[in-house]
Amino acid sequence: MEIRPRATAKTEKGALVPLPRQFFEPPPEDPRLSDVDEWGRSDNMRSIIRKIGGGLYKWWFRAEWEGLEKIPQTGGALLVANHAGAIPPDAPIIMHGIEEELGRPVYGLADYFFRTLPTVGTMWARLGGVTAHPDNAYRLLHDQEQLALVFPEGTKGPSKTYTDRYRLRRFGRGGFVEIAMRAGVPVIPIAVVGAEESMPVLLRIPAIAKMLNVPYYPITLNHLVFGPILGSVCYFPTKFKLKVLDPITFDVPPDQERYSKGKVMEEAERIRGYIQETLYEMLRDRRSVWFG
Amino acid sequence: MGRRILVTGLDSFWGGRVAQTLEANPGVDVIVGLGTGEPSVALERTEYVRSDQTYSILARIVKATKVDTIVHTFLVVDSNKIPPRNLHEINVIGTMNLLAAAGTSGSPVRQVVIKSATVVYGASSRDPTWFKEETPRSESHATTLERSLLEVESYVEDFANDNPNTIVTLLRFSNVVGSDIITPISTNLAKGIAPRISGFDPQLQFLEEDDVTRCMEFMTLNQIPGLYNVAGDGRVPYSEIISICNATSIPLPPYGTMLFARPLVKLGIMEFTPEMEALLRYGRGVDTRRLKETGFKLRYTTAGAVENFIRAVRLRKTIGGAKNSYTYQQDVENFFRHSRVVSQEQQDAP
Repeated sequence: MEIRPRATAKTEKGALVPLPRQFFEPPPEDPRLSDVDEWGRSDNMRSIIRKIGGGLYKWWFRAEWEGLEKIPQTGGALLVANHAGAIPPDAPIIMHGIEEELGRPVYGLADYFFRTLPTVGTMWARLGGVTAHPDNAYRLLHDQEQLALVFPEGTKGPSKTYTDRYRLRRFGRGGFVEIAMRAGVPVIPIAVVGAEESMPVLLRIPAIAKMLNVPYYPITLNHLVFGPILGSVCYFPTKFKLKVLDPITFDVPPDQERYSKGKVMEEAERIRGYIQETLYEMLRDRRSVWFG
Repeated sequence: MGRRILVTGLDSFWGGRVAQTLEANPGVDVIVGLGTGEPSVALERTEYVRSDQTYSILARIVKATKVDTIVHTFLVVDSNKIPPRNLHEINVIGTMNLLAAAGTSGSPVRQVVIKSATVVYGASSRDPTWFKEETPRSESHATTLERSLLEVESYVEDFANDNPNTIVTLLRFSNVVGSDIITPISTNLAKGIAPRISGFDPQLQFLEEDDVTRCMEFMTLNQIPGLYNVAGDGRVPYSEIISICNATSIPLPPYGTMLFARPLVKLGIMEFTPEMEALLRYGRGVDTRRLKETGFKLRYTTAGAVENFIRAVRLRKTIGGAKNSYTYQQDVENFFRHSRVVSQEQQDAP
């Protein structure tokens, strides 16, 4: 009663043991169920938010762009903007605007602090937030030729009080310039007017911030007007104007181990000055905080 | 001349698997397997030597068998129920003795392959989305397991610097799932439960168990030196892994997570290691581009590995666990390997 011929039973050395490679079934396809990409961004989630936030963008803040054509349709670029408002609305507005107008995803690079917050961190990642790590920025800009948005002021921007409005803080240590140099992509500065007045910071309470382990704890005008809870989520309907400035390229070779710190700081300072000057110019033209 | 290979941890899951895979290779002349206990898989021509877990007799074995390659699979990479003391003995002291044996003057060893894990990167909010091999871990605090593996890797690095003529291959494997391997995460998923930290949906990478052995075989036979991350393509959110496995999630509070998890672990309801706590909060991604440059191709993606795993679980649930039909019997094994009456023809059958 030989079912299998002898010859085939002994074809392989070590046939005693079924070896993994002898499995006849081909490996399964990649059975993904969701559209969450490697960065944690989900197109579905974004389009849901675009539908919800679209009204806010269009009817509440009435965002108006100038120079959007300066953002390239293809290829990587690092978008750099000023950052303001206690819970800054500028990041979602820039990301939404560019996705709507150009149909390109924008990845927002932000402090790792977001990731430590339950739910907020996850939502932030699904909507295109990425930890601002030099490796992440390089991979996004150079390897995947995406648009990345960064606020070089960091938390110093949104935490500044109303009296300092539209005065740019220090641009960190110019890390963003170094990233753009290494990735060989242009920096595209964006000047944003309107975020400052949408949720103005009256004062900060460092003791509470320390207790809650957050970068800053602001008391805003919104808190006084709408109450402590509603005031944390309700923005004033300020008019948003966004101006895309000329892309800045650097005449240094990409992929260097290090770049001269002096050169990096100089370029960072130049970009900072450029955005600052444009802001002053835009404010000169602004007749009303509410109607632009 | 064929290769002479020594495999550690022959009685453990990986040692047995790697030895099986190497046996099928005609280019390998001799396989010596070291283990603290008897091998649990059937092996055709691997010679089994019993040793203690720190390999104090390794130097003698190396000298006697003239092995040219040591494949070190016996490293604990899941801190699951193993006492810290034992962990240190196995990982750190074991590796130290192994490298000492491989590095003595006149040693015949030309290649050392070490199976480490991506757990050495830790998991924290400051992590990059993808760790490259040279990216340092961002979290300074390391768990007992992570510390021991980091120590192992530093010994390996020293060894590589001191022995420039020896090929040193250090492989960092991500979390593994498969039809047979048992890890804390796979135990949970096989039970149909998935502890998760509320408010967090980390992105994870998984690797199929056969891809692990294939990779070790590839690196050994092709004598490829260097440090490599090995992980399935794609970073898949944990929530998606839970739905692929159709598991019920057990939400744990985001603060005081361990406090809540510990009683559930003690009651045997689920597995939850300190490394899992960080992983299920922040996830981990490793860049595998360097591995791809070597020409090695993984068969499974992250999601594919998970799918394959859960299919095996479903089968096992229906037909019951595979009976372990093999028991090591020394006299029988010795007979087959060394008795003159066993036909050489059968041994060398193509």
